[in-house]
Amino acid sequence: MSTTPMEQDIHARHDPMVPSSATIRAIRPEAYGISTFTLALDDAAAAKKYAFQPGQFNMLYLPGFGEVAISMSSDPAQPETIEHTIRYAGSVTRAMGRLKPGDILGVRGPFGTAWPAKQAEGKDLLIVTGGIGLAPLRPMILAVLRQRAAFGRVVLLYGARTPQDLLYTSQFPEWQKQGVEVHVTVDRADEHWRGQVGVVPMLFYRININHSKALVLTCGPEVMMRFVIYEALARRVPKESIFVSMERNMKCGVGLCGHCQLGPHFICKQGPVLNYTTLEPFFGREDF
Amino acid sequence: MAAAEIPRVTASVVLPKTALQKIFENLQKAGFQLVGPALRDEAVVIGELDTVDDLPRGFGDEQKPGSYRLRQRNDGNWFAYTPGAHSWKQFLLPPRLALYSVKKDGKTWHLQRPKSTALHYAFIGVRACDLNAIFVQDRIFISETYRDPHYTRQREQMFVLAVNCSTASSSCFCASMKTGPKATSGFDLALTELPDAFLLEVGSEVGSEALRSTGWQLATAFDLGRAAQVLQSTQRQMQRSMRTDDLPQLLYRNLEHPRWDQVAARCLSCANCTLVCPTCFCTTVEDTSDLLGAAAGRTRVWDSCYVSDFSHVHGGNQRPTTRSRYRQWLTHKLASWMDQFGVLGCVGCGRCITWCPVGIDLTEEVAAIRETGAR
Repeated sequence: MSTTPMEQDIHARHDPMVPSSATIRAIRPEAYGISTFTLALDDAAAAKKYAFQPGQFNMLYLPGFGEVAISMSSDPAQPETIEHTIRYAGSVTRAMGRLKPGDILGVRGPFGTAWPAKQAEGKDLLIVTGGIGLAPLRPMILAVLRQRAAFGRVVLLYGARTPQDLLYTSQFPEWQKQGVEVHVTVDRADEHWRGQVGVVPMLFYRININHSKALVLTCGPEVMMRFVIYEALARRVPKESIFVSMERNMKCGVGLCGHCQLGPHFICKQGPVLNYTTLEPFFGREDF
Repeated sequence: MAAAEIPRVTASVVLPKTALQKIFENLQKAGFQLVGPALRDEAVVIGELDTVDDLPRGFGDEQKPGSYRLRQRNDGNWFAYTPGAHSWKQFLLPPRLALYSVKKDGKTWHLQRPKSTALHYAFIGVRACDLNAIFVQDRIFISETYRDPHYTRQREQMFVLAVNCSTASSSCFCASMKTGPKATSGFDLALTELPDAFLLEVGSEVGSEALRSTGWQLATAFDLGRAAQVLQSTQRQMQRSMRTDDLPQLLYRNLEHPRWDQVAARCLSCANCTLVCPTCFCTTVEDTSDLLGAAAGRTRVWDSCYVSDFSHVHGGNQRPTTRSRYRQWLTHKLASWMDQFGVLGCVGCGRCITWCPVGIDLTEEVAAIRETGAR
């Protein structure tokens, strides 16, 4: 059997496990051990067809190392350049950290559910994120800013361990100018930090919420999200108005490998973004 | 009345036992690779068959929690064994499947997919529980959104000779799961063993074609009655059962039941139950590369929710304890499977009971939770 360039293998398109190749256009350091990779699909037709919604993810493949599920972090209105903000955490992502612009990655996707963009119209958006959890919400923020008038208040509550771990801070002034209320906190300050110190859920105490109009979108460590949900519920935000982006081990991204299950949900198919009403019976349950 | 050369679909016919060889030959002529019960390592396994002499004729088995023993029988019956450790899953969802390989060529890559290894298999001796297990996996791998290409191809081109069970082992509980002991659909031929003959139901045109020149005769009411008796007696032999009507709700309500700790104290987290289970479908992917990093490959392999890094995410494992893994396995089989695929993930074949090294019996675990759990 003769080999064919990755992007030309017609049969490959029928196999959900076979990736397309994408060239790394740029690598932008964001924080310590975290960079944003800008990718462009090599096959022109595939690139033209590619579109994603805020909250969805791709499976990124590095030959010899493996695949990782990474959310898109760029503007969905510009799908020709796809950004992924990657933390060098495991064997695959650490190897990705050694790549340079011009190198190639495999891409499968987009997979999974999106933030409820339609439902969000007219609502006050409360975006609550921790650490790299801001990455899957950046496309949502950028999409909202494109039609800012369609939404009520847009509030970003964001925190990281230290000031050095904060993402996208250079873009915050622009977001604020366009009508995003930004509240930032860090777990541990350094000598230059003049902002809030404390965990993310504590930022709820710095704002007022109109619970009937609020829509909470949260992504971050599970323990953070658990307390974000407590704070939201304590302010009478209905469960139906809380959306959570979950993370689980994933091998396939298409509901066939079984790894990402959380109760009845395949996080790759019914998630990563789930409404809290469907998640509640299983969320935060120890070792589940 | 001149006899037709082949029976019509839905007909029941009888034929002498030795005529099974002719069916084998017809299938081989039609291009099928025969796989079915064979003796190996003092057990009935599923292997390649050339002739009927490869079948474990005259052998049965004795199964109980944590124990399997092959037994020579004195009735010479051909299909008196009950399912062993192997299931048909190994052909539809191979334990190892090469996904693709990648060669680096300067800045570009060349991706090569292996030639399909899917064969025209004729599955000989599929029991009703295992046939239902295939239907369960169909819902996973031939879904509307994504399909597993190997599974789908293999499934489209296979032949099924089902065998209705004439004996039940002590691990069997298909009757209570309503998945057996009789195969009711999805077969090309379904065989019931009578003392002096085989009774065969024709389920498809391919099945009918396989009966050409076998000396078949239409079954009489007497034959049908005898076959029904065989199945009734098998059903009566079944010692285990599981109540299924409220299973998902029962388990969801009892996710913190003390029984999970109790069973975790016995469970070795060895993954045997998931390997022998005909519906368990979890896989992982192995990555390989040459020393220069110029060539790499990916292979899909069976995985198990009992493996410690199955649920690994940065920062640790989601299910670090045996309690959490056993609970995941059982609640998936008997609760969340229903939400995901509209059926239970258990067909009552009893393999997980027999092949558990410490003899954990899921029907017992469920009964214990039912007895003392929240309602």
